[in-house]
Amino acid sequence: MADLEELYREIILDHYRSPRNRGELASPPAHRTEGFNPLCGDEIVVTIDVLDGVLQDIKIAGQGCSISQSSASLMSGAVKGKSIPDVRSTIATFKTLMLSHESHLGDGDAEPEAVDLKSLGELAALQGVVKFPVRIKCATLGWNTLTQALDEAGA
Amino acid sequence: MINEAEIRAAFPLLKRELHNTPIVYLDTAASSLQPQRVIDAMSHYYANSHANVHRGVYGTAEEATGLYEGARHAVGSLIGSKHPAQEIVFTKNTTESINLFVNSWGGTKLGPDDAVVISIMEHHANIVPWFVLQERIGFELRWIGVDGNGELMLDNLDELLTGAKVLSVTAMSNVLGTINPIAELAAAAHRHGAIIHVDGAQSVPHLPVDVDALDIDLMSFSSHKMLGPTGIGVLWARREILTAMPPFLTGGGMILDVRTDGFTPADGPSRFEAGTPPIAEAVGVAEAARYLKELGLDAVRDHEQALTAYALDRLFDAFGDELTVHGPRDVARRGGVISFTLGEVHAHDIAQILDSHAVCVRPGHHCAKPLMRHLGVPATARASFGVYNTTADADALVEGLRDAAKLFA
Ligand SMILES: Cc1ncc(COP(=O)(O)O)c(C=O)c1O
Repeated sequence: MADLEELYREIILDHYRSPRNRGELASPPAHRTEGFNPLCGDEIVVTIDVLDGVLQDIKIAGQGCSISQSSASLMSGAVKGKSIPDVRSTIATFKTLMLSHESHLGDGDAEPEAVDLKSLGELAALQGVVKFPVRIKCATLGWNTLTQALDEAGA
Repeated sequence: MINEAEIRAAFPLLKRELHNTPIVYLDTAASSLQPQRVIDAMSHYYANSHANVHRGVYGTAEEATGLYEGARHAVGSLIGSKHPAQEIVFTKNTTESINLFVNSWGGTKLGPDDAVVISIMEHHANIVPWFVLQERIGFELRWIGVDGNGELMLDNLDELLTGAKVLSVTAMSNVLGTINPIAELAAAAHRHGAIIHVDGAQSVPHLPVDVDALDIDLMSFSSHKMLGPTGIGVLWARREILTAMPPFLTGGGMILDVRTDGFTPADGPSRFEAGTPPIAEAVGVAEAARYLKELGLDAVRDHEQALTAYALDRLFDAFGDELTVHGPRDVARRGGVISFTLGEVHAHDIAQILDSHAVCVRPGHHCAKPLMRHLGVPATARASFGVYNTTADADALVEGLRDAAKLFA
Protein backbone atom coordinates (compact mmCIF):
# COMPACT_ATOMS: atom_id res chain seq x y z
CA MET A 1 0.00 0.00 0.00
CA ALA A 2 1.43 3.33 -1.09
CA ASP A 3 0.58 5.17 2.13
CA LEU A 4 2.31 2.55 4.21
CA GLU A 5 5.51 2.95 2.21
CA GLU A 6 5.28 6.69 2.76
CA LEU A 7 4.96 6.09 6.48
CA TYR A 8 7.84 3.65 6.77
CA ARG A 9 10.43 5.42 4.64
CA GLU A 10 13.93 4.02 4.67
CA ILE A 11 15.25 6.98 6.69
CA ILE A 12 12.69 6.29 9.39
CA LEU A 13 13.50 2.59 9.58
CA ASP A 14 17.19 3.47 9.65
CA HIS A 15 16.78 5.87 12.57
CA TYR A 16 14.65 3.29 14.37
CA ARG A 17 17.29 0.57 13.94
CA SER A 18 20.23 2.85 14.73
CA PRO A 19 18.99 5.78 16.74
CA ARG A 20 21.31 8.81 16.86
CA ASN A 21 22.33 10.60 20.05
CA ARG A 22 21.07 7.69 22.08
CA GLY A 23 21.40 7.69 25.86
CA GLU A 24 21.28 10.19 28.68
CA LEU A 25 23.58 13.09 29.58
CA ALA A 26 24.59 13.24 33.22
CA SER A 27 22.03 15.36 35.02
CA PRO A 28 22.85 17.63 36.60
CA PRO A 29 24.35 19.53 34.91
CA ALA A 30 22.12 18.49 31.98
CA HIS A 31 18.36 18.95 32.25
CA ARG A 32 16.28 15.76 32.09
CA THR A 33 12.62 15.52 31.02
CA GLU A 34 10.39 12.48 30.49
CA GLY A 35 7.50 12.35 28.05
CA PHE A 36 4.78 9.69 27.90
CA ASN A 37 2.06 8.75 25.51
CA PRO A 38 -0.40 7.26 28.02
CA LEU A 39 -2.45 5.67 25.25
CA CYS A 40 0.26 3.39 23.94
CA GLY A 41 2.95 3.50 26.60
CA ASP A 42 5.60 5.12 24.38
CA GLU A 43 8.20 6.89 26.44
CA ILE A 44 10.92 9.40 25.57
CA VAL A 45 13.58 10.77 27.89
CA VAL A 46 15.29 13.93 26.65
CA THR A 47 18.42 15.26 28.35
CA ILE A 48 19.73 18.63 27.16
CA ASP A 49 22.74 20.76 27.84
CA VAL A 50 22.16 24.47 27.18
CA LEU A 51 25.03 26.93 27.38
CA ASP A 52 25.37 30.50 26.05
CA GLY A 53 22.00 30.34 24.30
CA VAL A 54 22.99 27.22 22.37
CA LEU A 55 21.73 23.64 22.65
CA GLN A 56 25.21 22.22 23.12
CA ASP A 57 24.17 18.61 23.45
CA ILE A 58 21.07 16.41 23.47
CA LYS A 59 20.48 12.74 24.12
CA ILE A 60 17.40 10.62 23.70
CA ALA A 61 16.39 7.56 25.71
CA GLY A 62 13.13 5.64 26.12
CA GLN A 63 11.22 3.05 24.18
CA GLY A 64 8.35 2.90 21.78
CA CYS A 65 7.26 2.40 18.21
CA SER A 66 9.35 3.13 15.12
CA ILE A 67 7.62 6.47 14.56
CA SER A 68 8.13 7.89 18.06
CA GLN A 69 11.71 6.67 18.31
CA SER A 70 12.85 7.64 14.82
CA SER A 71 11.19 11.03 15.06
CA ALA A 72 13.07 11.75 18.29
CA SER A 73 16.31 10.53 16.73
CA LEU A 74 15.83 12.73 13.67
CA MET A 75 14.96 15.62 15.96
CA SER A 76 18.14 15.23 17.97
CA GLY A 77 20.22 15.52 14.81
CA ALA A 78 18.26 18.55 13.61
CA VAL A 79 18.57 20.61 16.79
CA LYS A 80 21.94 19.69 18.24
CA GLY A 81 24.39 22.60 18.27
CA LYS A 82 21.76 25.15 17.20
CA SER A 83 20.88 28.40 18.94
CA ILE A 84 17.77 28.21 21.11
CA PRO A 85 15.71 30.47 18.77
CA ASP A 86 16.65 28.18 15.86
CA VAL A 87 15.71 25.10 17.89
CA ARG A 88 12.35 26.61 18.76
CA SER A 89 11.70 27.56 15.17
CA THR A 90 12.54 24.03 13.96
CA ILE A 91 10.10 22.65 16.55
CA ALA A 92 7.43 25.08 15.35
CA THR A 93 7.94 24.15 11.70
CA PHE A 94 7.78 20.44 12.46
CA LYS A 95 4.62 20.82 14.50
CA THR A 96 3.01 22.83 11.72
CA LEU A 97 3.77 19.95 9.36
CA MET A 98 2.13 17.49 11.74
CA LEU A 99 -0.87 19.73 12.30
CA SER A 100 -1.51 20.17 8.59
CA HIS A 101 -3.75 17.12 8.87
CA GLU A 102 -6.00 18.83 11.39
CA SER A 103 -6.37 21.93 9.23
CA HIS A 104 -7.45 19.66 6.36
CA LEU A 105 -10.18 18.33 8.61
CA GLY A 106 -11.38 21.83 9.47
CA ASP A 107 -14.26 23.55 7.74
CA GLY A 108 -11.99 24.95 5.08
CA ASP A 109 -11.58 28.57 6.06
CA ALA A 110 -8.32 27.87 7.88
CA GLU A 111 -5.85 27.39 5.04
CA PRO A 112 -3.14 25.00 6.15
CA GLU A 113 0.01 26.95 6.74
CA ALA A 114 2.51 26.18 4.00
CA VAL A 115 5.49 24.30 5.38
CA ASP A 116 8.85 24.75 3.74
CA LEU A 117 9.77 21.07 3.49
CA LYS A 118 13.26 21.89 2.29
CA SER A 119 14.01 23.75 5.50
CA LEU A 120 13.19 20.53 7.37
CA GLY A 121 15.82 18.47 5.60
CA GLU A 122 15.67 14.81 6.64
CA LEU A 123 12.75 15.56 8.94
CA ALA A 124 10.56 15.87 5.87
CA ALA A 125 10.65 12.06 5.76
CA LEU A 126 8.11 12.14 8.57
CA GLN A 127 5.45 13.84 6.47
CA GLY A 128 3.92 10.45 5.63
CA VAL A 129 2.75 10.27 9.24
CA VAL A 130 0.22 13.01 8.55
CA LYS A 131 -1.94 10.50 6.68
CA PHE A 132 -2.17 8.35 9.82
CA PRO A 133 -3.77 10.63 12.41
CA VAL A 134 -3.35 8.14 15.28
CA ARG A 135 0.40 8.13 14.73
CA ILE A 136 0.84 11.92 14.88
CA LYS A 137 1.00 11.64 18.67
CA CYS A 138 3.86 9.17 18.27
CA ALA A 139 5.75 11.50 15.93
CA THR A 140 5.36 14.57 18.15
CA LEU A 141 6.15 12.90 21.50
CA GLY A 142 9.89 13.67 21.39
CA TRP A 143 9.25 17.22 20.19
CA ASN A 144 6.79 18.01 22.95
CA THR A 145 9.22 16.56 25.45
CA LEU A 146 12.02 18.76 24.09
CA THR A 147 9.79 21.84 24.30
CA GLN A 148 9.02 20.99 27.89
CA ALA A 149 12.72 20.45 28.63
CA LEU A 150 13.62 23.86 27.15
CA ASP A 151 10.85 25.55 29.13
CA GLU A 152 11.91 23.87 32.35
CA ALA A 153 15.54 24.75 31.75
CA GLY A 154 14.49 28.37 31.21
CA ALA A 155 16.08 28.35 27.77
CA MET B 1 -21.12 -27.25 15.88
CA ILE B 2 -20.82 -23.76 14.52
CA ASN B 3 -21.91 -23.34 10.91
CA GLU B 4 -19.29 -20.86 9.77
CA ALA B 5 -20.98 -19.67 6.59
CA GLU B 6 -24.27 -19.11 8.37
CA ILE B 7 -22.68 -17.25 11.26
CA ARG B 8 -20.56 -15.02 9.05
CA ALA B 9 -23.60 -14.11 6.98
CA ALA B 10 -25.34 -12.97 10.16
CA PHE B 11 -22.79 -10.21 10.86
CA PRO B 12 -23.16 -7.34 8.37
CA LEU B 13 -19.89 -5.65 9.30
CA LEU B 14 -17.98 -8.64 7.96
CA LYS B 15 -18.99 -7.47 4.49
CA ARG B 16 -16.92 -4.32 5.00
CA GLU B 17 -13.69 -3.75 3.17
CA LEU B 18 -10.69 -1.78 4.39
CA HIS B 19 -8.22 -0.61 1.74
CA ASN B 20 -10.17 -2.67 -0.82
CA THR B 21 -9.62 -5.86 1.17
CA PRO B 22 -12.35 -7.74 3.07
CA ILE B 23 -12.08 -6.94 6.77
CA VAL B 24 -10.45 -9.47 9.11
CA TYR B 25 -11.81 -8.51 12.49
CA LEU B 26 -9.56 -9.73 15.30
CA ASP B 27 -10.47 -7.28 18.05
CA THR B 28 -13.45 -8.93 19.70
CA ALA B 29 -11.85 -8.70 23.16
CA ALA B 30 -12.15 -4.91 22.82
CA SER B 31 -15.63 -5.02 21.34
CA SER B 32 -17.54 -7.67 19.42
CA LEU B 33 -19.48 -7.24 16.21
CA GLN B 34 -23.28 -7.39 16.24
CA PRO B 35 -25.48 -9.77 14.27
CA GLN B 36 -28.18 -8.23 12.10
CA ARG B 37 -30.91 -9.55 14.38
CA VAL B 38 -29.59 -7.45 17.29
CA ILE B 39 -29.51 -4.35 15.09
CA ASP B 40 -33.00 -5.18 13.80
CA ALA B 41 -34.38 -5.69 17.29
CA MET B 42 -33.19 -2.22 18.26
CA SER B 43 -34.49 -0.50 15.12
CA HIS B 44 -37.78 -2.30 15.48
CA TYR B 45 -38.04 -1.07 19.04
CA TYR B 46 -37.38 2.54 18.03
CA ALA B 47 -39.74 2.35 15.04
CA ASN B 48 -42.58 0.66 16.90
CA SER B 49 -42.47 0.71 20.67
CA HIS B 50 -40.33 3.56 21.94
CA ALA B 51 -41.50 5.39 25.05
CA ASN B 52 -39.99 6.05 28.44
CA VAL B 53 -40.28 3.08 30.75
CA HIS B 54 -42.14 2.50 34.00
CA ARG B 55 -44.43 5.49 34.44
CA GLY B 56 -46.55 5.61 31.30
CA VAL B 57 -49.95 3.91 31.11
CA TYR B 58 -50.44 4.09 27.33
CA GLY B 59 -49.79 1.14 25.08
CA THR B 60 -46.29 1.83 23.82
CA ALA B 61 -45.07 2.83 27.30
CA GLU B 62 -46.26 -0.52 28.55
CA GLU B 63 -44.55 -2.27 25.63
CA ALA B 64 -41.30 -0.46 26.28
CA THR B 65 -41.49 -1.34 29.97
CA GLY B 66 -42.22 -4.96 29.11
CA LEU B 67 -39.26 -5.12 26.74
CA TYR B 68 -36.93 -3.48 29.25
CA GLU B 69 -37.94 -5.72 32.15
CA GLY B 70 -38.01 -8.73 29.84
CA ALA B 71 -34.39 -8.08 28.98
CA ARG B 72 -33.42 -9.01 32.55
CA HIS B 73 -34.84 -12.48 31.94
CA ALA B 74 -33.05 -13.01 28.63
CA VAL B 75 -29.71 -11.91 30.09
CA GLY B 76 -30.29 -13.73 33.38
CA SER B 77 -31.11 -16.93 31.59
CA LEU B 78 -27.76 -16.85 29.77
CA ILE B 79 -25.80 -16.87 33.04
CA GLY B 80 -28.09 -19.10 35.07
CA SER B 81 -29.63 -16.41 37.28
CA LYS B 82 -32.62 -17.94 39.07
CA HIS B 83 -34.27 -14.61 39.90
CA PRO B 84 -33.40 -12.22 37.09
CA ALA B 85 -36.07 -9.67 38.03
CA GLN B 86 -34.35 -9.23 41.38
CA GLU B 87 -30.74 -9.91 40.40
CA ILE B 88 -29.94 -8.23 37.08
CA VAL B 89 -29.03 -4.53 37.25
CA PHE B 90 -28.46 -2.64 34.01
CA THR B 91 -25.54 -0.22 33.98
CA LYS B 92 -23.52 1.45 31.25
CA ASN B 93 -20.75 -1.17 30.99
CA THR B 94 -18.52 -3.44 33.08
CA THR B 95 -16.66 -0.42 34.40
CA GLU B 96 -19.83 1.15 35.78
CA SER B 97 -20.96 -2.20 37.21
CA ILE B 98 -17.72 -2.55 39.14
CA ASN B 99 -17.86 1.08 40.32
CA LEU B 100 -21.39 0.48 41.51
CA PHE B 101 -20.38 -2.64 43.41
CA VAL B 102 -17.20 -1.14 44.89
CA ASN B 103 -18.86 2.08 46.02
CA SER B 104 -22.20 0.73 47.18
CA TRP B 105 -21.12 -2.55 48.76
CA GLY B 106 -17.52 -1.63 49.52
CA GLY B 107 -18.43 1.85 50.71
CA THR B 108 -20.69 0.46 53.44
CA LYS B 109 -19.18 -2.93 54.26
CA LEU B 110 -15.47 -2.15 54.39
CA GLY B 111 -13.52 -0.56 57.22
CA PRO B 112 -9.89 0.39 57.78
CA ASP B 113 -9.03 -3.02 59.26
CA ASP B 114 -10.44 -5.01 56.34
CA ALA B 115 -8.72 -6.42 53.29
CA VAL B 116 -9.70 -6.69 49.63
CA VAL B 117 -8.05 -9.25 47.33
CA ILE B 118 -7.63 -8.69 43.58
CA SER B 119 -5.08 -10.00 41.07
CA ILE B 120 -2.21 -8.61 39.03
CA MET B 121 -4.01 -9.58 35.81
CA GLU B 122 -7.04 -7.35 36.41
CA HIS B 123 -8.26 -4.77 33.92
CA HIS B 124 -7.95 -1.21 35.27
CA ALA B 125 -11.74 -1.32 35.75
CA ASN B 126 -11.20 -3.79 38.61
CA ILE B 127 -8.25 -1.90 40.10
CA VAL B 128 -8.79 1.85 40.04
CA PRO B 129 -12.22 1.87 41.79
CA TRP B 130 -10.59 -0.03 44.69
CA PHE B 131 -7.76 2.49 44.90
CA VAL B 132 -10.23 5.36 44.99
CA LEU B 133 -12.28 3.73 47.76
CA GLN B 134 -9.13 2.78 49.62
CA GLU B 135 -8.17 6.45 49.85
CA ARG B 136 -11.44 7.12 51.61
CA ILE B 137 -11.58 4.04 53.85
CA GLY B 138 -8.02 2.82 54.18
CA PHE B 139 -8.49 -0.96 53.84
CA GLU B 140 -5.64 -3.17 52.70
CA LEU B 141 -5.47 -4.12 49.01
CA ARG B 142 -3.83 -7.51 48.42
CA TRP B 143 -2.72 -8.88 45.07
CA ILE B 144 -2.75 -12.43 43.75
CA GLY B 145 0.37 -12.87 41.62
CA VAL B 146 0.72 -14.31 38.11
CA ASP B 147 3.23 -17.07 37.27
CA GLY B 148 5.45 -17.49 34.24
CA ASN B 149 2.70 -19.36 32.44
CA GLY B 150 0.30 -16.45 32.85
CA GLU B 151 -1.80 -18.17 35.50
CA LEU B 152 -2.81 -17.00 38.97
CA MET B 153 -0.44 -18.07 41.76
CA LEU B 154 -2.74 -19.66 44.27
CA ASP B 155 -0.25 -21.24 46.70
CA ASN B 156 -0.70 -18.42 49.19
CA LEU B 157 -4.40 -17.86 48.52
CA ASP B 158 -5.43 -18.86 52.05
CA GLU B 159 -2.99 -16.38 53.48
CA LEU B 160 -4.26 -13.62 51.19
CA LEU B 161 -7.87 -14.37 52.05
CA THR B 162 -7.33 -14.41 55.81
CA GLY B 163 -9.21 -11.41 57.15
CA ALA B 164 -10.38 -10.41 53.66
CA LYS B 165 -13.98 -9.38 53.07
CA VAL B 166 -14.04 -9.64 49.29
CA LEU B 167 -12.21 -11.30 46.44
CA SER B 168 -12.69 -9.52 43.10
CA VAL B 169 -11.14 -11.25 40.13
CA THR B 170 -11.49 -11.65 36.39
CA ALA B 171 -12.78 -14.93 34.99
CA MET B 172 -10.65 -14.54 31.88
CA SER B 173 -7.73 -12.21 31.26
CA ASN B 174 -8.22 -9.76 28.41
CA VAL B 175 -4.44 -9.81 27.82
CA LEU B 176 -3.29 -13.37 28.49
CA GLY B 177 -6.50 -15.19 27.70
CA THR B 178 -6.01 -17.15 30.93
CA ILE B 179 -9.19 -18.77 32.19
CA ASN B 180 -9.19 -18.57 35.98
CA PRO B 181 -10.57 -21.33 38.25
CA ILE B 182 -13.55 -19.32 39.45
CA ALA B 183 -15.35 -22.16 41.26
CA GLU B 184 -12.20 -22.92 43.23
CA LEU B 185 -11.68 -19.23 44.03
CA ALA B 186 -15.31 -18.87 45.11
CA ALA B 187 -15.00 -21.84 47.46
CA ALA B 188 -11.82 -20.43 48.96
CA ALA B 189 -13.35 -16.97 49.44
CA HIS B 190 -16.40 -18.44 51.15
CA ARG B 191 -14.24 -20.61 53.39
CA HIS B 192 -12.74 -17.39 54.68
CA GLY B 193 -16.07 -15.64 55.06
CA ALA B 194 -15.42 -13.35 52.08
CA ILE B 195 -17.70 -12.75 49.10
CA ILE B 196 -16.52 -13.07 45.51
CA HIS B 197 -17.15 -10.62 42.69
CA VAL B 198 -16.21 -11.78 39.19
CA ASP B 199 -15.27 -9.58 36.24
CA GLY B 200 -17.09 -11.51 33.53
CA ALA B 201 -16.39 -9.08 30.66
CA GLN B 202 -14.38 -11.71 28.76
CA SER B 203 -15.96 -14.91 30.09
CA VAL B 204 -19.69 -14.35 29.59
CA PRO B 205 -19.30 -13.85 25.80
CA HIS B 206 -17.02 -16.85 25.25
CA LEU B 207 -17.49 -19.53 27.93
CA PRO B 208 -20.44 -21.33 29.47
CA VAL B 209 -21.08 -19.39 32.71
CA ASP B 210 -23.50 -20.53 35.41
CA VAL B 211 -23.45 -18.31 38.48
CA ASP B 212 -25.02 -21.01 40.66
CA ALA B 213 -22.69 -23.78 39.60
CA LEU B 214 -19.72 -21.45 40.16
CA ASP B 215 -21.27 -20.36 43.46
CA ILE B 216 -20.23 -16.73 43.02
CA ASP B 217 -21.88 -13.66 44.57
CA LEU B 218 -21.62 -10.89 42.00
CA MET B 219 -20.55 -10.58 38.37
CA SER B 220 -20.03 -7.61 36.03
CA PHE B 221 -20.08 -7.75 32.23
CA SER B 222 -20.62 -5.63 29.11
CA SER B 223 -23.13 -6.03 26.30
CA HIS B 224 -20.75 -4.75 23.61
CA LYS B 225 -18.35 -7.63 24.10
CA MET B 226 -21.12 -10.25 23.82
CA LEU B 227 -22.57 -9.40 20.40
CA GLY B 228 -24.81 -6.67 21.83
CA PRO B 229 -24.80 -2.87 21.54
CA THR B 230 -22.56 -0.41 23.41
CA GLY B 231 -24.07 1.67 26.20
CA ILE B 232 -25.33 -1.11 28.45
CA GLY B 233 -23.68 -3.39 30.96
CA VAL B 234 -24.83 -5.74 33.68
CA LEU B 235 -24.23 -6.21 37.36
CA TRP B 236 -25.60 -9.55 38.49
CA ALA B 237 -25.79 -9.97 42.26
CA ARG B 238 -27.42 -12.50 44.57
CA ARG B 239 -30.67 -11.19 45.98
CA GLU B 240 -29.45 -11.13 49.58
CA ILE B 241 -26.45 -9.06 48.60
CA LEU B 242 -28.25 -6.67 46.29
CA THR B 243 -31.00 -6.01 48.84
CA ALA B 244 -28.42 -4.90 51.39
CA MET B 245 -26.65 -2.51 49.02
CA PRO B 246 -27.44 1.23 49.18
CA PRO B 247 -28.00 3.28 45.99
CA PHE B 248 -24.98 4.54 44.04
CA LEU B 249 -26.25 6.91 41.32
CA THR B 250 -29.38 8.67 42.48
CA GLY B 251 -32.27 10.69 41.09
CA GLY B 252 -35.44 9.70 39.28
CA GLY B 253 -36.39 6.09 38.67
CA MET B 254 -34.56 4.69 41.70
CA ILE B 255 -36.93 5.87 44.41
CA LEU B 256 -40.04 4.64 46.15
CA ASP B 257 -40.77 8.01 47.71
CA VAL B 258 -39.26 11.47 47.94
CA ARG B 259 -40.34 13.96 50.60
CA THR B 260 -38.98 17.29 51.76
CA ASP B 261 -37.20 15.49 54.57
CA GLY B 262 -35.62 12.69 52.55
CA PHE B 263 -36.30 9.76 50.26
CA THR B 264 -36.91 6.03 50.25
CA PRO B 265 -35.10 4.07 47.55
CA ALA B 266 -36.86 1.51 45.38
CA ASP B 267 -36.36 -2.19 45.93
CA GLY B 268 -34.50 -4.54 43.63
CA PRO B 269 -32.49 -3.59 40.56
CA SER B 270 -34.39 -0.30 40.04
CA ARG B 271 -32.69 1.06 43.13
CA PHE B 272 -29.49 1.20 41.10
CA GLU B 273 -30.93 2.46 37.82
CA ALA B 274 -31.25 6.21 38.25
CA GLY B 275 -32.61 8.22 35.34
CA THR B 276 -33.97 7.00 32.00
CA PRO B 277 -32.20 3.70 31.30
CA PRO B 278 -30.74 2.54 27.96
CA ILE B 279 -33.97 0.94 26.73
CA ALA B 280 -33.09 0.17 23.11
CA GLU B 281 -29.76 -1.18 24.33
CA ALA B 282 -31.57 -3.47 26.76
CA VAL B 283 -33.62 -4.75 23.83
CA GLY B 284 -30.36 -5.28 21.94
CA VAL B 285 -28.49 -7.09 24.71
CA ALA B 286 -31.52 -9.33 25.29
CA GLU B 287 -31.47 -10.32 21.63
CA ALA B 288 -27.73 -10.92 21.80
CA ALA B 289 -28.20 -13.13 24.87
CA ARG B 290 -30.89 -15.14 23.06
CA TYR B 291 -28.64 -15.51 20.03
CA LEU B 292 -25.68 -16.71 22.11
CA LYS B 293 -27.96 -19.14 23.90
CA GLU B 294 -29.22 -20.53 20.60
CA LEU B 295 -25.65 -20.97 19.36
CA GLY B 296 -24.79 -22.56 22.69
CA LEU B 297 -21.81 -21.35 24.68
CA ASP B 298 -20.32 -24.85 24.57
CA ALA B 299 -20.28 -24.70 20.78
CA VAL B 300 -18.93 -21.15 20.82
CA ARG B 301 -16.16 -22.20 23.19
CA ASP B 302 -15.29 -25.29 21.10
CA HIS B 303 -15.10 -23.24 17.94
CA GLU B 304 -12.93 -20.54 19.49
CA GLN B 305 -10.67 -23.05 21.24
CA ALA B 306 -10.02 -24.96 18.02
CA LEU B 307 -9.34 -21.69 16.22
CA THR B 308 -6.93 -20.55 18.95
CA ALA B 309 -5.04 -23.85 18.71
CA TYR B 310 -4.83 -23.48 14.94
CA ALA B 311 -3.66 -19.86 15.13
CA LEU B 312 -0.98 -20.59 17.74
CA ASP B 313 0.37 -23.47 15.66
CA ARG B 314 0.48 -21.40 12.50
CA LEU B 315 2.11 -18.46 14.29
CA PHE B 316 4.84 -20.57 15.87
CA ASP B 317 5.42 -22.46 12.61
CA ALA B 318 5.89 -19.17 10.81
CA PHE B 319 7.92 -17.20 13.34
CA GLY B 320 9.42 -19.65 15.83
CA ASP B 321 11.53 -17.98 18.47
CA GLU B 322 10.91 -14.51 17.06
CA LEU B 323 7.38 -14.77 18.44
CA THR B 324 6.51 -14.36 22.12
CA VAL B 325 2.95 -15.23 23.08
CA HIS B 326 1.97 -14.31 26.62
CA GLY B 327 -0.31 -16.57 28.62
CA PRO B 328 -0.87 -20.32 28.77
CA ARG B 329 0.20 -22.38 25.77
CA ASP B 330 -2.43 -25.02 26.60
CA VAL B 331 -5.61 -23.94 24.79
CA ALA B 332 -7.78 -25.75 27.33
CA ARG B 333 -6.64 -23.15 29.88
CA ARG B 334 -7.06 -20.04 27.73
CA GLY B 335 -9.61 -18.25 25.62
CA GLY B 336 -9.22 -16.83 22.12
CA VAL B 337 -7.02 -13.89 23.07
CA ILE B 338 -3.48 -13.91 21.72
CA SER B 339 -1.15 -11.18 22.99
CA PHE B 340 2.20 -11.28 21.32
CA THR B 341 5.38 -9.51 20.38
CA LEU B 342 7.37 -10.24 17.25
CA GLY B 343 11.13 -9.75 17.36
CA GLU B 344 12.03 -6.09 17.55
CA VAL B 345 8.87 -4.90 15.79
CA HIS B 346 6.88 -2.64 18.10
CA ALA B 347 3.23 -3.50 18.68
CA HIS B 348 2.12 -0.20 17.12
CA ASP B 349 3.98 -0.92 13.95
CA ILE B 350 2.61 -4.46 13.85
CA ALA B 351 -0.93 -3.14 14.14
CA GLN B 352 -0.28 -0.50 11.48
CA ILE B 353 1.07 -2.99 8.97
CA LEU B 354 -1.73 -5.43 9.71
CA ASP B 355 -4.21 -2.65 9.04
CA SER B 356 -2.85 -2.35 5.53
CA HIS B 357 -3.93 -6.02 5.17
CA ALA B 358 -7.35 -5.14 6.65
CA VAL B 359 -6.44 -7.19 9.72
CA CYS B 360 -7.75 -5.44 12.84
CA VAL B 361 -5.73 -6.06 16.01
CA ARG B 362 -5.04 -3.85 19.01
CA PRO B 363 -1.62 -2.61 20.17
CA GLY B 364 -0.86 -1.28 23.63
CA HIS B 365 -1.26 -2.10 27.30
CA HIS B 366 -4.90 -3.22 27.04
CA CYS B 367 -5.84 -1.34 30.22
CA ALA B 368 -3.85 -3.76 32.35
CA LYS B 369 -0.68 -1.87 33.26
CA PRO B 370 0.16 -3.76 36.46
CA LEU B 371 0.14 -6.96 34.39
CA MET B 372 2.23 -5.39 31.62
CA ARG B 373 4.79 -4.23 34.20
CA HIS B 374 4.86 -7.75 35.59
CA LEU B 375 5.42 -9.18 32.11
CA GLY B 376 8.09 -6.55 31.53
CA VAL B 377 6.66 -5.45 28.18
CA PRO B 378 5.47 -1.90 27.46
CA ALA B 379 3.05 -3.03 24.79
CA THR B 380 1.80 -6.12 22.99
CA ALA B 381 -0.23 -6.64 19.87
CA ARG B 382 -3.43 -8.52 20.64
CA ALA B 383 -5.46 -10.61 18.23
CA SER B 384 -8.73 -11.87 19.69
CA PHE B 385 -11.36 -14.17 18.25
CA GLY B 386 -15.13 -14.21 18.17
CA VAL B 387 -17.53 -16.91 17.08
CA TYR B 388 -17.53 -15.43 13.55
CA ASN B 389 -13.78 -15.87 13.00
CA THR B 390 -12.35 -18.69 10.94
CA THR B 391 -8.99 -20.30 10.17
CA ALA B 392 -8.83 -18.03 7.11
CA ASP B 393 -8.67 -15.07 9.52
CA ALA B 394 -5.78 -16.69 11.37
CA ASP B 395 -4.04 -17.25 8.02
CA ALA B 396 -4.51 -13.57 7.14
CA LEU B 397 -2.94 -12.63 10.47
CA VAL B 398 0.11 -14.79 9.74
CA GLU B 399 0.47 -13.38 6.21
CA GLY B 400 0.23 -9.80 7.47
CA LEU B 401 2.83 -10.51 10.12
CA ARG B 402 5.21 -11.86 7.50
CA ASP B 403 5.09 -8.41 5.93
CA ALA B 404 5.81 -6.74 9.24
CA ALA B 405 8.75 -9.06 9.89
CA LYS B 406 10.08 -8.38 6.39
CA LEU B 407 9.79 -4.59 6.64
CA PHE B 408 11.60 -4.48 9.97
CA ALA B 409 14.10 -7.24 9.21
C1 LIG C 1 -11.63 -8.10 31.67
C2 LIG C 1 -12.24 -6.75 31.38
N1 LIG C 1 -12.79 -6.06 32.38
C3 LIG C 1 -13.37 -4.86 32.18
C4 LIG C 1 -13.43 -4.29 30.93
C5 LIG C 1 -14.07 -2.95 30.77
O1 LIG C 1 -15.20 -3.05 29.98
P1 LIG C 1 -16.00 -1.75 29.56
O2 LIG C 1 -15.03 -0.88 28.84
O3 LIG C 1 -17.09 -2.25 28.69
O4 LIG C 1 -16.49 -1.12 30.82
C6 LIG C 1 -12.85 -4.97 29.87
C7 LIG C 1 -12.86 -4.38 28.50
O5 LIG C 1 -11.86 -4.04 27.93
C8 LIG C 1 -12.26 -6.23 30.09
O6 LIG C 1 -11.69 -6.92 29.08
